[in-house]
Amino acid sequence: MLPADQIRTVMHDQFQAGFLEVTEFRGMTTIHVKGKIVLETLRMLKSDPRFACNFLADLTAVDHLEKGGHARFSVVYHLLNQHDGLRIVLQAWVDEELPVLDSANELWRTADWQEREVYDLFGIRFTGHPDLRRILNPDDFKYHPLRKDYPLEGRGERSDFPVVARTVGSKWSDRGRTFE
Amino acid sequence: MTLEAQQLSTDKMVLNFGPSHPATHGTLRILMELDGERITAVTPEIGYLHSGFEKLGEHLDYNQYITITDRMNYLSPLCNNVAYALAVERLLDLEVPKRAQYIRVLMCEFSRIADHLLCIGMQAVDVGAFTAFLYGFRMREKIYDLFELVCGSRLTTSYTRVGGMMRDMTDESISLALRLLDEIPGSLDEIDKLLSHNRIWLDRTRGVTPISPDQAISYGLTGPLARAAGVEYDIREKEPYSSYADFDFDVIIGKEGDVYDRYMVRLYECWESLKICRQVIEKMPEGPVNIDSDSKAILPPMDEVFNSIEGLIYHFEVTMENRGFEPAVGDSYVPTESPNGELGFYIVSDGRREPYRVRTRTPSLINYSIFQEVMPGNMISDTVAVLGSMNIIAGELDR
Repeated sequence: MLPADQIRTVMHDQFQAGFLEVTEFRGMTTIHVKGKIVLETLRMLKSDPRFACNFLADLTAVDHLEKGGHARFSVVYHLLNQHDGLRIVLQAWVDEELPVLDSANELWRTADWQEREVYDLFGIRFTGHPDLRRILNPDDFKYHPLRKDYPLEGRGERSDFPVVARTVGSKWSDRGRTFE
Repeated sequence: MTLEAQQLSTDKMVLNFGPSHPATHGTLRILMELDGERITAVTPEIGYLHSGFEKLGEHLDYNQYITITDRMNYLSPLCNNVAYALAVERLLDLEVPKRAQYIRVLMCEFSRIADHLLCIGMQAVDVGAFTAFLYGFRMREKIYDLFELVCGSRLTTSYTRVGGMMRDMTDESISLALRLLDEIPGSLDEIDKLLSHNRIWLDRTRGVTPISPDQAISYGLTGPLARAAGVEYDIREKEPYSSYADFDFDVIIGKEGDVYDRYMVRLYECWESLKICRQVIEKMPEGPVNIDSDSKAILPPMDEVFNSIEGLIYHFEVTMENRGFEPAVGDSYVPTESPNGELGFYIVSDGRREPYRVRTRTPSLINYSIFQEVMPGNMISDTVAVLGSMNIIAGELDR
């Protein structure tokens, strides 16, 4: 794997406008790019022999509402070169107004479920995804709970939850539906 | 197929497997489209055990979250504790003493044995081999006795702390560990003799859902599933953490990636874990298990807190709001080899006492995504064999 300053040069030469920066923290190199070039960058990291990241270890997102950053959301790709055991992180930044990215499903099939999870929890959409549905929350759930503006207690889901009363007239029966 | 059978019109039937089914070991649901007894399509539905652990982590401080990690993979909670502690320690740039690293390795390897024994046993009982399940469970209970002696709890261990361990291992627990190292091979042998050459077991497992190495890499498979498929990757060997480089062990690789290979990889990994455990106990260094409490990153020992003013002040510094404890701004990720595969915590810090984001990269979720790819074409009765061999833990799957 290349050192950080060389990665910076490579990235800058290849994607002038879309490339943001390369950071290093505690031995972990992170490439920051704009969301619109994420698929090209991933394809480059996978096929370029200088990186040869053949394995997508993890795909997740971070909401930077309180922390600040290049945009509101960053989608984080943990890539691994299994031959040398080297890792690199790619962060693709997307705005709040149009949180849409290209799906990495064509490069790695593991992106399928992980992108569904990011969509479910953050509301970031992936174009080209074969089946973008919620994965953890129920299909009729309205919010994206890992966003920072969603409260820990939820928005009334708990109190509005339909309770099936087991015995009519018991102390719980007034809270939910009763079956006559 | 005879001519009449071809002319008979057949409808596809949809079978609902779960959410509560004895073979799911947790709550997960599979919608199976069947043509007779053959599966034509499966749709796994997950999320029944979604507990919002990642959201909760943003509201708990670094040490409080350790108790939550127990509840993810509840069959090997010590591995989760260690993976989380390592990620936080990388964020805070702490290096725990050698003894703590060795104890972590020892506990991880014992959990791996317990997890694999349970997985093999469950897989066996799901396809009808009850005795192997009992052999596995008996030894697992004994390993849990060791956990109870070491950390006071069998299941929700919470043994690690940021910067060290909850407490040191005593001579008594080390001698129990040594005794277990003599007893476990017997159990493994019993399971090996009972299953590995058993005609029925071979028929049920061999050639069922083979996975190719390319498929395994594309689907992000890790752990025994990937190694059974022939992917030679073990994080303990390639990216050693917590002093794994000091120990000598072999990485077990399968060939076909079918259910039988997964079983064999798990069984032989138990032998390798025993090898590691023995080396850990032989090489176990003396010394403290926690970093110095002056670093203001770790809670001082209880008796210091209760009996000395410095201990009390340090305790306050760590636990009180707006005091001392300030992690660096940044993010960290430490991959670890949990019994099911790569387990890592991606922690983002904005300098506050609570992490800004705690993402858990769980092997169960990512390994399970290949299920819908490999199942079509198999029989209904293979479902339980495949589910058992994947060792999907619902707590880790949904978090």
